[in-house]
Amino acid sequence: MTDFIEQFGVWGGLGMSLLQILAFAVVLLISLAFLLLMDRKVWAAVQMRKGPNVVGAFGLLQSFADFFKFVFKEVVIPAGADRSLYLLAPLITLILAFVTWAVVPAAPGWVIADLNVGILYLFAMSSLGVYGIIIGGWASNSKYPFLGALRSAAQMVSYEVSIGFIIVTVLLFAGSMNLSDITEMQAGGFWNWNVLSFHAWPMPMFLVMIPMAVIFFISALAETNRPPFDLPEAESELVAGYQVEYSSTPYLLFMVGEYLNIVLMCAMTSILFFGGWNDPFGLDVSDWPYMASHAWYFFWFSAKIVFFFFMFAMVKALVPRYRYDQLMRLGWKIFLPISLAAVALVGAAVVYGPQG
Amino acid sequence: MLANLAFWAFSGVAILSALMVVIARNPVRSVLFLILAFFSAAGLFVLLGAEFLAMLLIVVYVGAVAVLFLFVVMMLDVDFTELKQGFLSYLPLGGLVGIILAVELGMIGMTWQASDQAMALRDAAIPEGLTNVEALGLVIYDQYVYFFQAAGLVLLVAMIGAIVLTLRHKPGVRRQSVSAQVARDRKDAVSMHDIKPGQGIGE
Repeated sequence: MTDFIEQFGVWGGLGMSLLQILAFAVVLLISLAFLLLMDRKVWAAVQMRKGPNVVGAFGLLQSFADFFKFVFKEVVIPAGADRSLYLLAPLITLILAFVTWAVVPAAPGWVIADLNVGILYLFAMSSLGVYGIIIGGWASNSKYPFLGALRSAAQMVSYEVSIGFIIVTVLLFAGSMNLSDITEMQAGGFWNWNVLSFHAWPMPMFLVMIPMAVIFFISALAETNRPPFDLPEAESELVAGYQVEYSSTPYLLFMVGEYLNIVLMCAMTSILFFGGWNDPFGLDVSDWPYMASHAWYFFWFSAKIVFFFFMFAMVKALVPRYRYDQLMRLGWKIFLPISLAAVALVGAAVVYGPQG
Repeated sequence: MLANLAFWAFSGVAILSALMVVIARNPVRSVLFLILAFFSAAGLFVLLGAEFLAMLLIVVYVGAVAVLFLFVVMMLDVDFTELKQGFLSYLPLGGLVGIILAVELGMIGMTWQASDQAMALRDAAIPEGLTNVEALGLVIYDQYVYFFQAAGLVLLVAMIGAIVLTLRHKPGVRRQSVSAQVARDRKDAVSMHDIKPGQGIGE
């Protein structure tokens, strides 16, 4: 924003920033509508169904139809609920999900706020996401939502720990917390992506980083309450968990926030481990015209997001739900020690390796 | 101008929400206001140029500690209106303690002297050419590394103490052993029997 203010003056700068934010939000929401459809289509295909196919060609407009259905329904607030907190919870979920995208670079320079501590900001905001769920579950004044909220609180706090350590391994390679720096460091072909880490050659760091990428992906599933870790909304035990009492627009806000977080986790996986906007062949596009090169970068960034979203959808379709004690065991007894050991290994490689 | 505006907004919200922590009726709301106070404090850190500390404040206090607070407070089933009924009878004693504290704070404030070096350090919070994280890392891991390690050990001892105090081995509890389940062979788990019709298993 400061660049804009220097360029266009205070009001012009503010206006440009607002336009930028608006562009991000609109692109996100529209792509989210189609990603939601993709989620359902993939799920249906695995179960040999057709999925939504009535509204628009191939059901392309299904998400928009659902949107209007949600908006036009009546907002039901249960008796005995804490009214203001009950309505605040979905807002918190949605706003935090949007705010987090401020530091995600979609192409070189295409980022709302290029923070020095960008990745910590991402981590901080995604750790706040749990509040929407806890507050929603408590304010509903009902048993199932409350149980769902408690489960979710414990689950998200547990998996944040291993996510934090995995992020540290990437930070040690990049030597920076700026997401653009982290992405730029992985330029020059897929062998330089952090998941293979040939930038640290002759250290065989892919032995550490491939497991880290896998653990990050699984922790991301747990962090976003996706199946197989969707215990906060396990329908066989808790009906729909913290969302039981929610209807119409508040429910829509919860759902949009949840899916935005999933897409964000896909973006994070691609930025941290799979090169972000870099293409896999190591082409040098810096002498292309501005729009062409940035469209090229943006294409690869979104292609990676869509790929990881596809993986999320496949996991949802294929893997049965975990039991709660198994979930806790996986987080604390397996992922935490492994990621801690990886931090030590990567730290040693950075200090004693070729770059050190 | 924007920075001043942001400062007044953050500090105003911090003070108001800290007040609300004390006077809110519902304990869950108190915790939520506490979280808002943490959040505004993080905003003030950002304005001071300490963005790393701000993010840590949010990650550690808002993202983890306050979640556990909320967790505990939500599960308490205490009638807090009843607890607050003795308010007037405790008012004189509480007021006295509060006044003494305020006077002491005032005395400290009036006799407080900051050295010139401290003022200079405060003006240049971040050394030239270093990011926030690097500056903090130099202080913690280079200058004061032994103190940092010692503090870590104290925490470790406290953690082990808490685990030792609460760890109990109940006899007769059947736990799932995943490695045993995975290592189980088909040969010792399944056996085939050829049962003639009308005879049953016969055991």
